[in-house]
Amino acid sequence: MSSIIEIDKLSHIYSPGTPFQVTSLDSISLDIKKGVFLAIIGSTGSGKSTLVRHFNGLLTPAAGNVRVCGIDTADKKQRRNLWRSVGLVFQQPEHQLFEETVFTDVAFGPRNMGLTEAEITERVHEALRLVGLDPLEAARMSPFCLSGGMRRRAAIAGVLALKPQVLILDEPTAGLDPQGKRQLMKHIEEFRRREGATIILVTHDMEEVALMAERVAVLNRGRLVMEGKPREIFSRAAELTAIGLDLPAPARLIRQLRLLGKPVRTDVLTTAEAEEEIARLLGETQC
Amino acid sequence: MTMTESNGTGYLRGCPESQDSQLTAHDRDEIFIAVEDLTYIYNHDKAGGHRALSGIDLAVKAGEFLVVAGPNGSGKSTLARHFNAMLKPSGGRVIVAGMDTMIPENAWEIRRRVGMVFQNPDNQIVSSLVEEDAAFGAENLGLPSEEVKKRVEETLRLIGLSQYAKHAPHLLSGGQKQKLAIAGVLVMRPSCLVLDEPTSMLDPAGRVELMETLIRLNRTMQVTVVLVTHFMEEAVLADRVVVLSDGRIAVSGSPARVFAEVELLAELGLKLPAALEIAHGLRKRGFSLPQEILTMDDILAYLKNN
Repeated sequence: MSSIIEIDKLSHIYSPGTPFQVTSLDSISLDIKKGVFLAIIGSTGSGKSTLVRHFNGLLTPAAGNVRVCGIDTADKKQRRNLWRSVGLVFQQPEHQLFEETVFTDVAFGPRNMGLTEAEITERVHEALRLVGLDPLEAARMSPFCLSGGMRRRAAIAGVLALKPQVLILDEPTAGLDPQGKRQLMKHIEEFRRREGATIILVTHDMEEVALMAERVAVLNRGRLVMEGKPREIFSRAAELTAIGLDLPAPARLIRQLRLLGKPVRTDVLTTAEAEEEIARLLGETQC
Repeated sequence: MTMTESNGTGYLRGCPESQDSQLTAHDRDEIFIAVEDLTYIYNHDKAGGHRALSGIDLAVKAGEFLVVAGPNGSGKSTLARHFNAMLKPSGGRVIVAGMDTMIPENAWEIRRRVGMVFQNPDNQIVSSLVEEDAAFGAENLGLPSEEVKKRVEETLRLIGLSQYAKHAPHLLSGGQKQKLAIAGVLVMRPSCLVLDEPTSMLDPAGRVELMETLIRLNRTMQVTVVLVTHFMEEAVLADRVVVLSDGRIAVSGSPARVFAEVELLAELGLKLPAALEIAHGLRKRGFSLPQEILTMDDILAYLKNN
């Protein structure tokens, strides 16, 4: 599979030349394949949000370079093409809703792309349906009358309506209830399947990573310290806890069982897998 | 998280009666916040007002660790905002430490007794030095500066931020910022902390750090804690859990009692804590696990001996 984002020795420095100078990204190299679901994890201040802001040119490298869909993000002439290819959903995106109705809010991006009215309507309806909002009912309402979870989904629909090739979500489920989280992740997976989009998810929720991601990149103090499949990453428990991260709860349980000397698999991630392992364990002792 | 779980359950094991019955030792204690038939309607005076709470009856006991859970839009934050008179009832009453929140003269004293901490740590910082930020509330009480200084020192030590006193708050981690927000409230010596999803923006280590701090404040300083959260792993550590749905109390009681309502919780879109989900799955497969299982440590302890 071809790479859609190529990061080569990327460094970023905040407030360079001042006493407050902070190196927030330190020589990061990473290839992200087209169509992959990548999770980026790391403790607060590890550089996750700074990294993803380089993917659509909001920030440009202090050193090294970033190419997205073949475009060098430092090339200002290519900005417009870059923004069309990369959708970025910020933390708490519901704070960025501003239009009178959900429809006009979601339509804002497509309208700026110069599409016809019919195309705009089609895209808005499709995006609203993707996030589970009723295109006829919810679209007429003011975004400020919706509940927190619905506002979040409306805001994400505004980015999906652009049909980006790369969709970046910065902690999209923080503050949502468990069902809201599950649904949102389902919608995102559906968008990926339908559009063949690449998904980049910044999150603190290890269960979410275990369930959704194909690849995981781990940052610590601005450096890329691990990259691999979730099972590989979560098998390195000691290294993760040392940098303020953790295993998904079921993986933690199975690990502790192993430390007690019980014969269990080492690569368990989900509650279903943990249940399976414990059932096997109990079954054997009962036999 | 592992540490929280073991510590938390350790504490809970100290008062076994809280496991299976709502009639805990707290019932003999004083009621700190009494909520009587509370109704709240947003835009009450306008057409199309939205009813967020209906007929809530609830007593928060002094020294209790209470979790308020429920789906988005169920009224959790609206309820929490009644506890320090940020919102006033459309119907019914809220009495805090004997004071009615409807009476404007009570607001000052109620807010001194009940401190609020919110979701986003960055929105709650007012100063460019940790110790100044922590002092803000106490200075507003008009306390002599010696007293403010003493309280800030004490509080930062208690909360584990002493070594950062002279640091800029924006250089703290998320968990440390939330602890600073708590410190800013604690210097006013409140009897109760109300926290609205304080861990939802924190990384795993920050979450553990904050929960340990809350449990410590509750157990050693007898601070009443009301925690609004979506994380069921946190709810398990409480004395009592109240689940709201559509502005009403759907179920309340000890964590063991509330989490036994597997079907109701699923209907409300809430998730069981992972440990309970695993235990529930195993029971369905025909294994008889003890009913007291709440946390991963409980499962471990059971498996150790079986």
